[in-house]
Amino acid sequence: MRRRATGPISFRATRLALATALLASLAGCLRHESVVDQGNRTGVLHRGLGHDLADLDPHLATQASDYDVLSALLEGLVAEDPVDLHPVPGVAERWEISADRTTYTFFLRASARWSNGDPVTAQDFIASWRRVLTPALGADNANLLYVIQGAEAFHKGLGDFQQVGLAAPDARTLRVTLEHPTPYFLPMLNHTAWFPVHLPTVQKYGSATERGNPWAQPGRFVGNGPFVLEKWRRSQEIVVTKSPTYWDAARVRLAGVTFHTIDSVDAEERAFRAGQLHLTASLPPGKIAAYRQASPSVLRIDPLLATYFYRLNVRRPLLNDVRIRRALALAVDRDAIVGKILRGGQLAARAFTPPGTAGYASAASLPTDFAQARALLADAGYPGGRGLPPFELTFNSSETHRVIAEAVQEMWRRELGVETRLANQELKSTLEARRAGNFSILRSVWNADYVDPSSFLDIWRTDSGNNYTGWSNPAYDSLLFQAARTVDAAERNALFQKAEALLLDEAPMIPIYHYTHVYLCQPSVRGWHPTLLDHHPYRDVWLQE
Amino acid sequence: MLRFIARRLLETIPVLLIIITATFFMIRFVPGGPFTAEKAVTPEILRNLEAHYGLNKPLHRQYLDYLGSLLHGDLGPSFKYPNRTVNEIIAEKLPTSLELGLISLLVALALGLTLGILAAVRRNTWLDYLCSTVAMVGICVPTFVLGPLLVLLFAIHFGWVNASGWYSPVDRVLPCLTLGCVYAAYIARLTRGGMLEVLSQDYIRTARAKGASEARVIFRHALRGGLLPVVSFLGPAIAGILTGSFVIETIFQIPGLGREFVNSAFNRDYTLVLGTVILYATLIIGLNLVVDVAQVWLNPRLKFE
Repeated sequence: MRRRATGPISFRATRLALATALLASLAGCLRHESVVDQGNRTGVLHRGLGHDLADLDPHLATQASDYDVLSALLEGLVAEDPVDLHPVPGVAERWEISADRTTYTFFLRASARWSNGDPVTAQDFIASWRRVLTPALGADNANLLYVIQGAEAFHKGLGDFQQVGLAAPDARTLRVTLEHPTPYFLPMLNHTAWFPVHLPTVQKYGSATERGNPWAQPGRFVGNGPFVLEKWRRSQEIVVTKSPTYWDAARVRLAGVTFHTIDSVDAEERAFRAGQLHLTASLPPGKIAAYRQASPSVLRIDPLLATYFYRLNVRRPLLNDVRIRRALALAVDRDAIVGKILRGGQLAARAFTPPGTAGYASAASLPTDFAQARALLADAGYPGGRGLPPFELTFNSSETHRVIAEAVQEMWRRELGVETRLANQELKSTLEARRAGNFSILRSVWNADYVDPSSFLDIWRTDSGNNYTGWSNPAYDSLLFQAARTVDAAERNALFQKAEALLLDEAPMIPIYHYTHVYLCQPSVRGWHPTLLDHHPYRDVWLQE
Repeated sequence: MLRFIARRLLETIPVLLIIITATFFMIRFVPGGPFTAEKAVTPEILRNLEAHYGLNKPLHRQYLDYLGSLLHGDLGPSFKYPNRTVNEIIAEKLPTSLELGLISLLVALALGLTLGILAAVRRNTWLDYLCSTVAMVGICVPTFVLGPLLVLLFAIHFGWVNASGWYSPVDRVLPCLTLGCVYAAYIARLTRGGMLEVLSQDYIRTARAKGASEARVIFRHALRGGLLPVVSFLGPAIAGILTGSFVIETIFQIPGLGREFVNSAFNRDYTLVLGTVILYATLIIGLNLVVDVAQVWLNPRLKFE
């Protein structure tokens, strides 16, 4: 019986081998046109998006990356230059600024249209901003609008909308009165919280000022940007196609953009290699070296306005001593972390604000000075770290955070004799520990909402909701208060420099490095410039083999 | 049999209630909340959000409210997705997970049963060793290794399929194969074991003695008994395929419920956590019941009691 069986099986094996050979020879024919090649041919950009958007309502957007999609669908009063992001005309064709820099008058272009054909009016902007400021909506970024006179009071239920500094003398003129001169007002108008929505459309599907309104969906969404929403398959793709009603449609060269939501960085990198993506959202740090060697032409490393730092809880004993804080800050070898661990072109952070933020750079800096650090520690009564209990360094679970924490732990042990306990927690738990002040040293990150030093330095004000360290310095607060009301750029920067020097002196935080954005980009993507906020106006992007 | 099923269904109610209660309070006691974010929202905004979702009420009140709306089949609004309800999310994502699960299950059964039966029938031949080795390798190689390997080969090297996504029918091949292979390995081993035991039974010898053909002996007489271990495995396996698809869904970026299930816990999306847990709990309980019924039906020695 066994012999009978082997016959047919070996025959079958031969057939199998033949079939395999046939399949292999067909392999070339089976290889289909890649998504990228097809995109190059049809003018459709395929962009990796990381996480899916929670919603396409611009006023409920919470992630910085939501801008990547929303800026294709909507346009604010001003747009951004593709190279350096300086404000260029958007819905407003021009604007006038009063001599005291607190009143902005925008003149809206007659050709600005919503995707349903309605004209974009000054009232649309006022109604949209009123919506953002209405408490019931619970818009996360409503506080960005506090620069408008009376907006904070209205949002906190203390004032009336009549007192908010917004007026529309006619449909194409919008006057905005600010609380105080705000040099970053125009750039900030590109934040999603400032985008207009077509209120009649929103109201068609529910209350405009409450959550749970399902208007931001394909077939319903009305926008005013260069593209219209075609399809949204959740956790999969968002498809937008060129808008025929956009006022500058002649300049838009892309036929569409398809956003692929790939929340696993490894899966995204594989999709790029398989020819499914023109652009990835990021690249796993472990792969940078390989790309640098094998295919440097697709590897992009752009500067990014964000700082990686450790918060020090100054309410805790020992860390309430500025000498100990300074000692810890001086004993971090940032160059080693950037050059030997990260190797993604990051910049060692010797101040909190990244240099070159709107023409500003900190004058003071935190050097790496082990001798001075040891002296400070001895001065505080702990020569060689003797008698000092270990500090706890908390970070959210991530390979990168861990290796950096281990490096810092080793530097402090070797140079200061200070012991550190590493504690890693899941992200939301670390954020809760931060809120409750339940940490000693905490890994943190800050990315700018707009290109201005105040976006960084404001978080260390006493009344800032993002301070968390318990550090409070009236001189610092007053310098920032003054800077906010100073019109002259040089004078303003000087005030920021003074404030930052104070901050670095007292060291309620230890800056580690300034981020870069590391990602992959096909050579066919043109007009994709490195920008500090990772913004890339789509109307200036095109594809060319 | 109907009484048996009815009794089991009644027993389900307290079990589900315990699961809902435990999940409701456990997720609330985890540090952080749905609105905890890297950039803090102002206290005023946070108060507005909590008022909107009823999080400012006492916890027991929220619990009773939740049970109340659950009775109407309403799983509540999602915290993470401001304009969506949990019912909508599940209705959208579950079919994808079911499709992935069902195809994978078919792959697992087809591969596993074939390998297992071949190995048992050609016991101690090279074919048996080959099948057993393949099965062993299948058990040892985890999906997060097999998946990317298949992608490297078929998507990146040959360029036949996409590396990720769930767009066209051909995108189903790699994920279903990956998920199916692991379960196929278990099924192969169980089938082989079960078949070997049955093939040595008296009634098989009787069948052969009566001159039944080999195919008839195997498929008609042996298989029914030989499959018993596979059937008891299938209950938890199907539940596992459905709930454990998180890894596969991540590797291949499939828009299924598995990812929502895991991410909802990270996002502290309280209602979505509860919704998915209730769904999965119901599925597991239901599948176990089906398996129990199937076992009695396959094995005449068992009775409903």
